[in-house]
Amino acid sequence: MNDPLNIPDGTLVTADHIDFIIEGRRVLESVSATINNNEIVTLIGPNGSGKTTFIRILLGLLPASSGKITHKPGLHIGYVPQKLIIEPSLPLSVGRFLQFGVPKGPNRQKGRRAAVLEEVGAPNLYDASIHELSGGELQRIMLARALLRDPELLVLDEPVQGVDVTGQNEIYDLITRIKNERHCGIIMVSHDLHIVMASTNRVICLNHHVCCEGKPETVARDPAFQSIFGSQAAVRLAVYHHHHDHTHDQNGHAIPIDAPDIKTDTKTKAGAPDNAG
Amino acid sequence: MQGDAMISDFMLRALFAGIGVAIVAGPLGAFVVWRRMAYFGEALAHSALLGVVLGTILGVMPWLVIIAVCSAVAIILFILERSSGTGSDSAIGMIAQGTLALALVILAFIETERIDLFAYLFGDILAVTKQDLWMIYGVGALVLGIMAGLWQSMLSVVVNEDVARVEGINVTRTKIIHLLLLALVVSTAMKIVGVLLVVAMLIVPPSIARLMARSPESMAALSVIIGIVSVISGLMASYYADTPAGPSIVVAAIVIFILTMLICPKRVIRRR
Repeated sequence: MNDPLNIPDGTLVTADHIDFIIEGRRVLESVSATINNNEIVTLIGPNGSGKTTFIRILLGLLPASSGKITHKPGLHIGYVPQKLIIEPSLPLSVGRFLQFGVPKGPNRQKGRRAAVLEEVGAPNLYDASIHELSGGELQRIMLARALLRDPELLVLDEPVQGVDVTGQNEIYDLITRIKNERHCGIIMVSHDLHIVMASTNRVICLNHHVCCEGKPETVARDPAFQSIFGSQAAVRLAVYHHHHDHTHDQNGHAIPIDAPDIKTDTKTKAGAPDNAG
Repeated sequence: MQGDAMISDFMLRALFAGIGVAIVAGPLGAFVVWRRMAYFGEALAHSALLGVVLGTILGVMPWLVIIAVCSAVAIILFILERSSGTGSDSAIGMIAQGTLALALVILAFIETERIDLFAYLFGDILAVTKQDLWMIYGVGALVLGIMAGLWQSMLSVVVNEDVARVEGINVTRTKIIHLLLLALVVSTAMKIVGVLLVVAMLIVPPSIARLMARSPESMAALSVIIGIVSVISGLMASYYADTPAGPSIVVAAIVIFILTMLICPKRVIRRR
């Protein structure tokens, strides 16, 4: 069905009925997904639901048991793994690290590397040792490095892991800005519900199979989604209110569907209109 | 200082041999440190002794058999490491001890052949021939040439294999080439410092360099300089105090390591 040479315009990667079985355990069951340029797709699901496995298959790091992955020919991917632990015996400055994986050309020049650091909000770190960075700083540096590859597709596996709440918001804002400025496709893995809802175009809810998929508002209403995230989401929303002083009276009852309302009220991006419909 | 006449030919050859090994061991050893392969190198060195014994039996150039055995062991270890279930730590241990034991058992059967076991275990740098020198510098040039070409790929693999793979680097090929280069250098350097001490030539200079270096490249370059200083001071000590040459070089390197630890500002060390 899916001819590798005939991938639709604007589509970066497609996964077609991916199964993954390891040691008799079915980790992924007939998972299909498409990622297009100029959109942020969030892969969401509980721990152990196969999110990272699916990302690894999508990247070609892991062979699927069955099914097919199709990349747009010559696709440039920028990949930020879940956790980057750099061998401490390797002396490495941020500036030098930004040369890694960057093709020869203008993007290897010092000026461009410094400029990208500015873009991700880490302008003073050029000469810092990579081993001295905090979790949030390292994520920004990883993003900067991925951006230097001029990626058509950014793959971010839990981009805010180990980052405090303020930092999380900043990094999600940064990701949204990258999409708006560069029009690349972005797929990210997350299990943070509330922030993701606001900064994503499409959500794929994964629990070994695709439970539901669509706009954040639609997914949040889906019974399959609520059965997995319902109670958990309520707790997270409470935390969210605690950290931000929004004064929306209607939020007394914390159900997941309220999440986009809260977040998008302060943003320019869509959310409220879709909610009405 | 003594006059030039005091420095005899064999001493000069030893010096050049040691310096040649130090030059190639610096950059290669840096990768051994970064990829935490000291024990892996140890296994290769132990298996080299099996190569010595087999080479003697076969009656062909022992050096070629040593390289063949070391390379084969490197590949076997690589495969064992990839196949899940076998703890690579134990796999390396089994290979290291197994090849050494096998070599000693086979040796018992060929008692008619005389093998100077001591020279292979601890090296015999003072018996270096002109031919050995050609070999060391030939291998050194080859290894450094290949490493120069693969430098960035090898570094990317050290930082993160998955990211390197996504970015189009052939990770498996890069790792195998590194292992084969290691096998080649271990087989060659064995002559200088011996089976039991060859890994020290690979890991001590980069470990010292780490305390001072701020980039991978400066760490490799500093390793070369530190290696050369160790060789020169070790050989001097050996010459004047009549100590065994190979072990003297290693002791010199360790002394430099301790001095560096003491002298280096704490700030630098904390960077680790």
